Amino acid sequence: MPADPGRWLVATARNRAIDRIRRERTLAAKSKLLEVSEAVEDEIEEPVFGDERLELIFTCCHPALAMDAQVALTLRALGGLRTDEIARAFLVPEPTMAQRLVRAKRKIKAAAIPFRIPPPHLLPDRLAAVLAVVYLIFNEGYDGRADLAEQAIRLGGSLAELMPDEPEVYGLLALMLLHDSRRAARVRNGELVLFKDQDRALWDWPQVQGGRAALERGLIPSGASWSAASRSSTSRRSRRPGALVAVAAAPPRLDEQIVGAGDDAQVLTGAADRQQPLNLL
Amino acid sequence: MQYLIQIYSNDSMSRYEGLSEEEKEAVMGEYFAISGAPGVTGGAQLQPPTTATTVRVEDGRTLTTDGPFLETKEALGGYYLYEADDLDAAIELAARIPAARLGGAIEVRPLVER
Repeated sequence: MPADPGRWLVATARNRAIDRIRRERTLAAKSKLLEVSEAVEDEIEEPVFGDERLELIFTCCHPALAMDAQVALTLRALGGLRTDEIARAFLVPEPTMAQRLVRAKRKIKAAAIPFRIPPPHLLPDRLAAVLAVVYLIFNEGYDGRADLAEQAIRLGGSLAELMPDEPEVYGLLALMLLHDSRRAARVRNGELVLFKDQDRALWDWPQVQGGRAALERGLIPSGASWSAASRSSTSRRSRRPGALVAVAAAPPRLDEQIVGAGDDAQVLTGAADRQQPLNLL
Repeated sequence: MQYLIQIYSNDSMSRYEGLSEEEKEAVMGEYFAISGAPGVTGGAQLQPPTTATTVRVEDGRTLTTDGPFLETKEALGGYYLYEADDLDAAIELAARIPAARLGGAIEVRPLVER
């Protein structure tokens, strides 16, 4: 027993704390070394063939991966963005992003996350996960990073091309195209301009048309124009509410807005309340 | 690919205790059914963490302490070893385990392949 237990305790506690700080410093230093080597490893990329894009996106957006990793992997593998570009887009240091990507890739390999289009009983959930990632990328680009919004629209277009029988894919594509078509009109002299006050000459009309076409495509009743082959694979399943429902909830009003008749920005709030954060700007 | 399917229970045990005898039997039946499922190569239910002994060796001396290595609220209550093609299959098996819906959680870990 030390002569002065109180003082002894304080001294011991202080020494322990110093030890811990030292250990943490060492750990941080070692981690940095680790990060560099992982970043190097990240440079090794296997080539991806065009016809495997769908398998790839389902792997990148597997729910066993963290959301931020899903987004980063998707941008990297399908968007063709470099690690430093993704890092900049999400305001994290490049080594952090590199590490995130490497960890995700390691998990895909070590845990055997399958490289495939999910079987029908898993498809609804997995497709929703993919669409959520694409929508997240779009939203990240919504109020500034136009390149990310473009990426998301491009991904949505690829998905529509690869899964022509999935209404939700068209719903998301329509949502993104319609919102993005107003990008130029949304800000005037650094101030946000509400939908009803926007200068419609600034809208991207070809894109509005593209959005309407996608919306119509998504609204085709189940099975109406689909091939028998595709019907048996992916399309026969319960519809779940999603982006499409939000857009499609007010089609007449949406039409009015698009053709310029109905000016009230409030008309979309019903849909927004129900499901998706529809942007009214 | 081999997976260790770890069953973490705590809340789920108390919820299990609250079930009727019939319900308990049904739940146990589910566990046995999973034990016999194709690809399940092993498994066991563990005695509670209070029965654990933690062992370390320092300078050649074996040191034992009473209790688990990690004092956590959620304790490992049992496990299965599962041979499957991929993680999706392992997740599907994990989702069938009663503890998963009775307030517990299942941790799926791939084994290192040699």
